[in-house]
Amino acid sequence: MLEVVDLECRRGDRQLFSGLSFDLSVGTLLHVRGRNGSGKTTLLRAICGLLAADAGEIRWRGESIRALGDDYHEDVLYLGHLNGIKSDLSGIENLRIAATLDGDEADEGRLWRALKHMGLAGFEDLPTKVLSQGQKKRVALARVLVSRAPLWILDEPFTALDVDAVDLLQILIAQHIADDGMVVLTTHQEVPLTSGQIRRLHLGD
Amino acid sequence: MWRSFVCVLGRDITLAMRRRTEVLTTLFFFVIVVSLFPLGVGTEKETLRMLGPGVVWVAALLASMLALERLFSADYEDGTLEQLLMTAQPLPLLVLAKVAAHWLLTGLPLVVIAPLVGLQYHMGDSSVLAMVLSLLVGTPVLSLIGSIGAALTLGVRGGGILLSLLILPLYIPVLVYGAGAVAVGADGLAETQPFFSLLGSFLLLALILSPLAAGAALRISVE
Repeated sequence: MLEVVDLECRRGDRQLFSGLSFDLSVGTLLHVRGRNGSGKTTLLRAICGLLAADAGEIRWRGESIRALGDDYHEDVLYLGHLNGIKSDLSGIENLRIAATLDGDEADEGRLWRALKHMGLAGFEDLPTKVLSQGQKKRVALARVLVSRAPLWILDEPFTALDVDAVDLLQILIAQHIADDGMVVLTTHQEVPLTSGQIRRLHLGD
Repeated sequence: MWRSFVCVLGRDITLAMRRRTEVLTTLFFFVIVVSLFPLGVGTEKETLRMLGPGVVWVAALLASMLALERLFSADYEDGTLEQLLMTAQPLPLLVLAKVAAHWLLTGLPLVVIAPLVGLQYHMGDSSVLAMVLSLLVGTPVLSLIGSIGAALTLGVRGGGILLSLLILPLYIPVLVYGAGAVAVGADGLAETQPFFSLLGSFLLLALILSPLAAGAALRISVE
């Protein structure tokens, strides 16, 4: 499904990685590891198409993601370091906007259930600026419950989360993999899977 | 597709309504700049009538400039811009929605308040009408062209100054024909037609080209 061919990325003069190739089939989790500054986020952003690689190609269902454009974005859910939520809007408003723009049916009940599932019952209507870091992250992560994208790209999704939320997210990831989804993530934590396979990629060696 | 346009438009307007100061700053800036000139150059009727169109238009230019810096930068800082780039919707459409919200919040209030401000310059009825109409057609062009500059200078330190240097020269045609329409409008509205034809063509051109350019610029800036 997702093929990365001979990828090379630079930041300024520094080469982060080159000749990176792998492919990802359904039901696979790619766990990207490496020291700080080894290019994990850069790789994830390149796979998202937010960043143009210096060499090599990324293909989705056999076609270059550059050529696919918006059709590719429909299949991808990206959650980066920044939560990507508006602090003046409430959790439910943020989720509603994200769902509408993703083209998912913004069924109200589904959105409320997603926030409740993320442990935000009672906080749905508050502007997210009054929420804690962990709660903001939960609002951002609620998108995985609403989105129908087969490929999730998660950059350090476990930071700022408490133990319960970490468990919850691990379950959600495992479920997504079991449902023939694909996940690319960077984390320093282990993610146990119930089915499917884990592939590990170590950057910076 | 239009749902995403309405969604982004509604989002930006809701956000602005929860932070009204940013909208009001632009409006008050416009009112104050326009009001300073009669105080500075004296209250002689003929001088003011001559200065009026130019002053109002230059003030509108600067006011629209003032708010442009925030057009994309707030979204850039909290990561929502990345998410906009990652949606399955055509980016130029989303940019157009953001610009439309920007104009409704900063351009339209200027158009509405302009007749009041124009009183200070002893403008005749037809001049005031020409001024309102020229601002109505001209200020969207300012927002549209400005969005390209705002996208290009995104994330650049001291981007505000750079944005002015980049965009103000592009505003010149709008200024010339906008202020021209007001000046000619004193002799009756019929005289202003060529000016409005040109302003209208600027608007159409900007409407089509600037969302494409701003969208491309955003993709580069976010890298």
